[in-house]
Amino acid sequence: MNLLGEAFRYLNDPFNWTRRGGILELLGEHLRISALAVLAAMLVALPVGVLLGHTGRGGGFTVALSNVSRAVPTLALLTIFAVTPIGFGPTATTIALAVFAVPPILTNTYVGFRSVDRDVVEAARAMGMSGRQVVLRAELPLAAPLLMTGVRTAAVQVVATATLAALVAGGGLGRIITLAFAQQDYGAVLAGAILVAALAVLTELVLVLLSWLLTPGEKRLPFLSARRSGPVPETTASGVPL
Amino acid sequence: MLAVDAAPNPWFDPSYVIDNWSSIMGYLGEHVRLTVGAVVLGSLLALPMAVLARRSRYLAAPVLGLSTLVYTIPSLAMFAFVAPITGLTATTVLVGLVLYSLVILVRNFLAGLQGVPEDVREAARGMGYGPVRLFWQVELPLALPAFMAGIRVATVSTVALTTVGVIVGHGGLGQLITGGFNANFYRAEIVTGALGCVLLALLADLLLAGVERLLTPWTRRAVA
Repeated sequence: MNLLGEAFRYLNDPFNWTRRGGILELLGEHLRISALAVLAAMLVALPVGVLLGHTGRGGGFTVALSNVSRAVPTLALLTIFAVTPIGFGPTATTIALAVFAVPPILTNTYVGFRSVDRDVVEAARAMGMSGRQVVLRAELPLAAPLLMTGVRTAAVQVVATATLAALVAGGGLGRIITLAFAQQDYGAVLAGAILVAALAVLTELVLVLLSWLLTPGEKRLPFLSARRSGPVPETTASGVPL
Repeated sequence: MLAVDAAPNPWFDPSYVIDNWSSIMGYLGEHVRLTVGAVVLGSLLALPMAVLARRSRYLAAPVLGLSTLVYTIPSLAMFAFVAPITGLTATTVLVGLVLYSLVILVRNFLAGLQGVPEDVREAARGMGYGPVRLFWQVELPLALPAFMAGIRVATVSTVALTTVGVIVGHGGLGQLITGGFNANFYRAEIVTGALGCVLLALLADLLLAGVERLLTPWTRRAVA
């Protein structure tokens, strides 16, 4: 386990963290790109998902979108945006990542709104709620858990995928891995892999906790309830590793 | 204005495909081999794991927890974890892809097996079926639609994931994508690689859908 020792020596060297182009700077860039991409995707996908879910139209479209998006390699989209006139760099990376974050948010929002009990909607109407009030005060709270799941899967996916930007001269933590591969420094390769994997797992945990705190209604720890309900087969693009 | 900017750089160029046909086919072959290998090996490993995990909740919990963890690890990191052991070979890519497909397949296989109604298993046992015959003749056919759904998802995402193998020089059609990027942003090569991946994924999905129809004639009758 000589390599593991080398990896930890790399991670233990403060200079590797603080220097220009070091871990901290790359981490900052990674998080900035990811946050921007998720925000942009939310701005597009949430209103469309709410609209489609509320009216009940476009179900086939959302399913087709999430299926097709699974077949498109992220690397391909990252590269294609990088060779458009936008040019390679953070902007192209952010756009490509945002495109990939749209399907999980859209699908989950749509399904969340569709699975609201029709009786509840009817009761809300009977109480004199306008269309807007039905959306905001009846459907939205009930669809919130799935909506959160969509945003969470999209965010974790984006943080994980942002690593690939390094393959096409973009920034982010993936840079450590690609540079170390080029220099055949497997200790640093391992160090980069540990950092990237830790960031992805940490993002998942933080968002699970956050959505648990923000979700209205009965509080049940997500990992406990997941175990109780058993495995769920992957049906949408939301669960694809990247 | 650089001279490079003035040179034509079309998105689609049939002459590129014709001129480089044999090397494109070579990369396509590697892509197909890696995908098929990963899904077949993944299935062979996932089936016994799912059968074991169904036996007790104490086994199911760690299996599902571990699979969620593997799922979260970015692919570039996964290949980077494996590369120090197996080097810059196609084996590195294969190991990473097997792990990802395994994760998808175990969940779907387990869900399929758990979806078999207890009444049906009890009836089969009452008719004198032993555990082996119960599995092959009752549980497996009933769980087959869920199995096939898992295999389709695993195949399509494996086709897309294989491209990341470029980090060790064995990314199948992904080699065209980064190759074109490094060759002064040669768009025709990039688009060929990207379109090739999408078409391969769709073709594989169609093929598996056909296999599913052939294997489960009873579901067709039920729908009709």
